[in-house]
Amino acid sequence: MTRLLASLRIALRALMVNKMRSTLTMLGIIIGVGAVIAMIAVGSGAKKRIAEQIASMGSNLLIVLSGSSTSGGLRFGSGTVPTLTVDDAKAIQNEIPDVKYVAPSQRGTVQIIFGNQNWSTVADGTTPEVLFIRDWSLESGRPFTQQDLDGATKVCLLGETVVENLFGGIDPIGQIVRIKKVPFTVIGVLASKGQTTFGQDQDDTIIVPLTTAQKKLFGMQFPGMVRTIAVQAKTPEAMSSVENQINDLLRQRHHIQPKQENDFTVRNLTELMSTAQQTADVMSYLLGAIASISLIVGGIGIMNIMLVSVTERTREIGIRIAVGAKGWDILLQFLIESLVLSLMGGILGIGLGICGTLILSSFTQWPTVFSIQAIFLAFFVSGLVGVFFGLYPARKASLLNPIEALRYE
Amino acid sequence: MRFAPCSLRLKGKMGSLIQVQDLVKVYSLGEVEVRALQGVSLSIDQGEFVAIMGASGSGKSTFMNILGFLDQPTSGQYLLENINGEKLSRDELAEIRNRKIGFVFQGFNLLPRTAALENVELPLIYAGTSTSKRKEIAQKALSEVGLKGRGHHHPSQLSGGEQQRVAIARALVNQPSILLADEPTGNLDSKTSAEIMGIFQRLNRDMGITIIMITHEPDIASFAKRDILFRDGKIVDDRNSALQG
Repeated sequence: MTRLLASLRIALRALMVNKMRSTLTMLGIIIGVGAVIAMIAVGSGAKKRIAEQIASMGSNLLIVLSGSSTSGGLRFGSGTVPTLTVDDAKAIQNEIPDVKYVAPSQRGTVQIIFGNQNWSTVADGTTPEVLFIRDWSLESGRPFTQQDLDGATKVCLLGETVVENLFGGIDPIGQIVRIKKVPFTVIGVLASKGQTTFGQDQDDTIIVPLTTAQKKLFGMQFPGMVRTIAVQAKTPEAMSSVENQINDLLRQRHHIQPKQENDFTVRNLTELMSTAQQTADVMSYLLGAIASISLIVGGIGIMNIMLVSVTERTREIGIRIAVGAKGWDILLQFLIESLVLSLMGGILGIGLGICGTLILSSFTQWPTVFSIQAIFLAFFVSGLVGVFFGLYPARKASLLNPIEALRYE
Repeated sequence: MRFAPCSLRLKGKMGSLIQVQDLVKVYSLGEVEVRALQGVSLSIDQGEFVAIMGASGSGKSTFMNILGFLDQPTSGQYLLENINGEKLSRDELAEIRNRKIGFVFQGFNLLPRTAALENVELPLIYAGTSTSKRKEIAQKALSEVGLKGRGHHHPSQLSGGEQQRVAIARALVNQPSILLADEPTGNLDSKTSAEIMGIFQRLNRDMGITIIMITHEPDIASFAKRDILFRDGKIVDDRNSALQG
């Protein structure tokens, strides 16, 4: 419609007349939209990072821990009495069909020495399956085998952090290290895994055969007992039923009465991941909502300026009405003005948000993810803000009495 | 150059363009009631050039506002080409103003920071005329008032007389039935005033445009063909002008 185009031209002309004022009015929207885009990008990045980190710990992973969830829990320190046995692990493997691998594990803090370097770390006595369960590949060397397990050979696999701190640049394969004063041969180096979401350095570890650990390192304090059992389910869908089956199986094996609490805890890492991701989502939306408040402030700014504009142009509005402008013509003219302001602010804000996020992530190394949906939503919302906050001034203008308006100084 | 005749032109029962019967206008100013018009009746034929005179507060401006469909009477009847504005909505009145009325004001009332051509185009925009036709008609109108080639100038670049001419061109673009001028020479010096009055006379004489003009200066009123005098909301004198321009 010619009228619509004419209104658009009139509106643009009016905004160009006072560029400074138009720019300052847009500032609220620009900052608001920019902040929302940035917050959502950071939030999405955090969510992705969490997913990656949990996935790096192993897929379809369940961990059975000694002790009920109200005591011990994640603590691997001494003093927590192991209640699980190697036979429990075997039972889980044999009796639950959806289980792919199990790896019972006994851990403890140890001092490892090479030459004149020493390092304090956690030694994990476990079975070869652990490498499959934890999706752990070897940087170099070979894993230990069932034979090593049977013979309790003194071999070990070292994580990257341990290698860095003990060997500097020397190839550790074949070297002899002393763990708790017991000589071990290094047969392999674990590939780097980085930090978990819980803050642990996964590369700061030694893996030895479970039997060797029990005999040589932890002094057979609790014969046949292990502190944790890692379990890998065959499929992600089976995880929940595997969790229940482990629960029932162990309750039965440990002769736990119906009303008694478990003396173990089963942790479903996939569940943990989705919980963590949900938390990240909530955080992200919360941040976005707070940033949206500045959008509202920006909208109020637009309404304010449009009211001033209407007052300033009272005479002009009177002239237009006198020569035949209908209420709708005037309303549209001013509504388009506020819409142009808010949409331009939205576009510039999106630009600012993207630039700001890129700058931020280059400085802080925080991961960021841009979503096209968020950008479209931001654009749409800024349009909405323009219409909503521009409506009142536009309506006010359209209802002016032409006689009084023409008299206005 | 002539404007094409408007096909919607209707003649009233008695052949009058404008018929006013017992017009009363009362409005309240806070707690005070102001009786601006106290029973005005007259008729104006097509092609007339009428000057309305009267002291401040005599009701002449109120009368003009009603004639221009900017305001509605409290009671009484006003017919323009047999159109009664009484029951019409705001938007319908706006449409009538757009098509039938041309306004010329004392203060010119042009849109500032806007080119003369676009000022003249304004009524055409609200009539929904296409962009190319608008420009064509507006250019013609500017030529009619002697401002050909000045279309791109802004009001700040034009003298008072030139601005008023732009206003007159604007008033004419939609081929209105009547031209309403409220103290059109109030802000102009005597020489320019005479020029503007010359334009009015030419428009009235050569094109048959009906002009109704408010003025308080007898010299200006003498350019018109009929004098009407208002006092205290009533017409007290209505005579043909002694001097014909």
